[in-house]
Amino acid sequence: MDNDKCECMDRKHKDSNNDNSCSRDMRRQEMIDQIKSLDFAIIELGLYLDTHPEDKKALCMHREYCKQVKDLKDKYQKMYGPLTIFYPCNKWRWLEEPWPWERGNY
Amino acid sequence: MWTYNKVLEYPINIKCPNPRLAKFIISQYGGPDGELAASLRYLSQRFGMPDQKSKAILNDIGTEELAHLEMVGTIVHQLTDGVDAKTLEEAGLGAYYTDHGVGVYPQAAAGWPWNAATIAVKGDPIADLQEDLAAEQKARATYEKLIDLCKDDQDVIDPLRFLREREVVHFQRFGEALRGVQDKLADKKFYMNNMNCSNDMK
Repeated sequence: MDNDKCECMDRKHKDSNNDNSCSRDMRRQEMIDQIKSLDFAIIELGLYLDTHPEDKKALCMHREYCKQVKDLKDKYQKMYGPLTIFYPCNKWRWLEEPWPWERGNY
Repeated sequence: MWTYNKVLEYPINIKCPNPRLAKFIISQYGGPDGELAASLRYLSQRFGMPDQKSKAILNDIGTEELAHLEMVGTIVHQLTDGVDAKTLEEAGLGAYYTDHGVGVYPQAAAGWPWNAATIAVKGDPIADLQEDLAAEQKARATYEKLIDLCKDDQDVIDPLRFLREREVVHFQRFGEALRGVQDKLADKKFYMNNMNCSNDMK
């Protein structure tokens, strides 16, 4: 997290394979996997809470995961670019990253 | 409103294109029990729901179905991307290639374009939620058939298994929402009649 400025400027513009051994890509892969896991847990808990709004334990987990994913997304977006267009950038980084449907996506 | 998240709900990385599988899997994109039908069914039905729980569940499951639509489109795209016309034709996609190239068009496996006649919006919460329960089961059954057809490709089976599982969870949640609506409708109703009559009853 020390070098969080312009990280993607020097990124090789080839389809980065997910099992790339480069540790930066590994780190990125780990972070995005964690974000996806937390997002999924939040979706799942959200549906459950829609029909079980009184479940204290589920509510507590939902709160905890929301907090975790917010911190992680803040960190990720700072390093690797926006996950939504609601993330402010000095240049339009939305165009720099592969789209989710492309092979080798994150 | 909606906000786009630039990630798939579940990762998909298909290393070997296989247009034969794409020809079948596209049914979950634009077929009768596919994700487009699911999302539009729930997001349209939600306007007619009577209580908070059923409005929320239709809204939130309808939203998740949009993420599934993107996943199925991704599978079809990765299975056909870069495949030449001859190979597509051999896989039974010659007619598809003629009209759509390797774009992802919402159609059923048999070639029918997506049709709103495959969904219902009855404006009756019991009828609509019952339809949703059936829709989830039909989608689950479709995913099982697709998994049978794909038994050689783990990269494809993995996301299909995820999608199948979600149908099971959605079925559960719709069942709970339906019970809530039924309970609400079965509640004894108390009518406050003749409230000011006491004075007359001397």
